Amino acid sequence: MRGMEMSLNQTQKLRLQRALELLETLSSGINSNSSVTVADTIPVNQEDGVLKGHGTTELEGEVVATVCGVIERVNKLVYVRTLRARYKPEVGDIIVGRVAPKRWRLEINFSQDAVLMLSSMNLPDGIQRRRTAVDELNMRSIFEDDDVICAEVRDFMRDGSLQLQARSQKYGKLERGQMLTISPYLIKRRKQHFHHLDQYGIDLILGCNGFIWVGEHVETKDNMIEEEPIKPDPQNNKSKTSMSLEEEEQTYTPLETRQNICRIANAIRVLSTLGFSITIDVILDVVDLSISKGLDIHEMLGAEFSVLVAEREAERRNSSTRRKR
Amino acid sequence: MEYVNPEGLRLDGRRPMEMRQLRAEIGAVSGADGSAMFEMGNTKVIAAVYGPREVQHRSQMVNDKALIRCEYTMANFSTGDRTRKPKGDRRSTEISLVIRQTMEACILTHLMPRSQIDIFVQVLQADGGKRKILISHSKHLICYASQLLFTFFSGTRSACINAATLALADAGIPMRDLVTSCSSGYLNSTPLLDLNYVEDSAGGPDVTMDAKLPMDIFENVMQLATEGCKAVANYIREVRNLILVLFQAIRFEKVAIVWFLLMENQVCGERCRRRDVINHLPSYLLFGLNFRRFRAVTVGV
Repeated sequence: MRGMEMSLNQTQKLRLQRALELLETLSSGINSNSSVTVADTIPVNQEDGVLKGHGTTELEGEVVATVCGVIERVNKLVYVRTLRARYKPEVGDIIVGRVAPKRWRLEINFSQDAVLMLSSMNLPDGIQRRRTAVDELNMRSIFEDDDVICAEVRDFMRDGSLQLQARSQKYGKLERGQMLTISPYLIKRRKQHFHHLDQYGIDLILGCNGFIWVGEHVETKDNMIEEEPIKPDPQNNKSKTSMSLEEEEQTYTPLETRQNICRIANAIRVLSTLGFSITIDVILDVVDLSISKGLDIHEMLGAEFSVLVAEREAERRNSSTRRKR
Repeated sequence: MEYVNPEGLRLDGRRPMEMRQLRAEIGAVSGADGSAMFEMGNTKVIAAVYGPREVQHRSQMVNDKALIRCEYTMANFSTGDRTRKPKGDRRSTEISLVIRQTMEACILTHLMPRSQIDIFVQVLQADGGKRKILISHSKHLICYASQLLFTFFSGTRSACINAATLALADAGIPMRDLVTSCSSGYLNSTPLLDLNYVEDSAGGPDVTMDAKLPMDIFENVMQLATEGCKAVANYIREVRNLILVLFQAIRFEKVAIVWFLLMENQVCGERCRRRDVINHLPSYLLFGLNFRRFRAVTVGV
C-alpha cells in the first residue's frame, strides 16, 4: 500500500479502509503474528533441529531475523520472506530485462546484471551452428543497448552471477509495447508466464523479476524469420535505417491496440499500488471492470477506480473463501 | 548560560531525559529500492537506498562482499543561511564516511558479493549540526563487542543514521541489527538527552579536527581527556539504561545502538595523535573500536 499518493475524499477513504480490513481478516488465518523486523527473535523448537534459511542468522543460540518480512516454515527450514526486496532468481524463471551498456548484460532487478551469452540464444536465421567470430561482431545487430528482452534463467555461475538463455522463438527482443516495473513479490511463479490476450491482440509477459511486458501480439513460429526485426546480414541491417513507407506501415501499431496496451498497463499499475498479487485473471477482471464502468484509460489511475478495485478484490476473495468452506 | 533552569526544564521546555518529537515515514522516494524520512524535532532527513545492484565502476568491485557507498548532502534551504555549499566539502564527505562505515558494520555485506548498495541521505531541515563525539552501543551488537562503534555525531547526524537504517530495512537488505542513533550531552552538570541546536553549540568551540596544538599543551589536554573519558565511561554506564528505556518509547522497540555524546571541552586528535588518544581510553571502551574513524575526542570534565 505504499506510494499511494492519491487524494481520496472521505467516503473513498472509508470504503478503501473497509475493503482493506476485510482483506486483512481473510488473510489473518494464514500468517498471523508471523511478521518480523530486523533483530527479532524467531521462535523455534530447538530440540527438533532447525535449518536457517535466508534472512536469518544465529545469535546467542537464538534464531534472529536479519530482514523485515514474514516468517515461512517448511519442515525444519525457517526463513524470512521479505516484501519489497530485489528479485531472487531461480533456475527456469522467465524474466524480462533491459540490456545494459557494454556486453549483453541484462538489468533484471537482481543484485548483479545477468549475462546472456551469444551461444545460449538462437541465431536470427534459425540455423543451429557454431558461433563464429563474425557472429560475435554482429552481436550488436541482434540486441542493442536498452533493448527489452525476454529470457529464461539458465544457471548460476560459481561467483553468483546469472546466466540466461533465449533458445526458443518465444524469447528474444520485445518491441512495440510497454515495460512496467513492479515489486517482484507480486508475481508468483506459475506454469504460464506468456499470455496472448486474443480479444485485445496483445502479448503479456509476467516476468518473475517484476518486469512486465505489455505489447502488441507478434505471431511466432511461421513468419518469425521474416518478422524478426534483426536481419542476420549487415546489408539488410543497413536498409533498416532507411525504412520505406511500406515497411513503416507494416510496423505501425493500430490505435486500438495501443489503447489496449495502455489499459492493461494501467490495470497492472493500479493492482501493484494496491499491493495485490498479479495474475492474468485479476488483470483481465480489472480491465473488464474499467470497460464496464466506461472509464477512460487515464481515469483508471484515479482514486475512485483504485477504491473500486480494492472493493472488488475483497469481495472476490471473500466469496472464494466462502466457497471453500 | 543556563541550559537547565531550576525547575529542571531545558531551553525548549523538555526535561533532561526527554527526547524531541520523532516522526518517521517509509517509502518517501518512489523510485528507490528503499527510502525513509526521519524527523527529530526540527531536524528532517530523507534517505534513499538503491541496490544491491551492479557495481558501476568495475575497479571498485569487491569479490566477496557488497560495496557500500554513501552520499550525504544538505539542501541549500536546510539551514538559516542560504550560502551555496559546494558538493563534496569536508563536512559532508566526513558524514558520508561516518554513515557508510556505520552501515557497513551493520549490513551483512558478504551475502551480496560483487554488488553495490548506494545510500543517499539528504538533510531537508537542520537543527544543530556541530561536530561532537558519540559512542554507539547495541543490544545485540554488544555481544559482538567488536562491533562497538565510536563515531562523531550530533542531532543532524543521528537523524541521518536513523533515516538510513529505516531505508535499508525498507529495501530488504539483510542487517545484523537496526542501528539507531541519538545524541546526548552533559551541560550544567546535568546529563541531557537528544541535544537541540542551542545545546549542541554550547559544547565549546569546534576546534577539534585539524587544529594544530603544541605538544606540551596537547599533553595537558590529553591528561584532561583521560580524566574526561573515565568520567564519561562511568557516566555512560549510569545513563545507558535510562536511554534504553527512553528509546523503547520510540517506534522501534528493537533498538540497537545508542549514541552518546561526550562533550563540554574538546581536544584535538589528528592522525598522528590518534594512538595517544586511544591509549588513554579505558580498555573496555576500546575493545573493537572502529579505529579508522577515530579522529577526535571531546572531553567532559
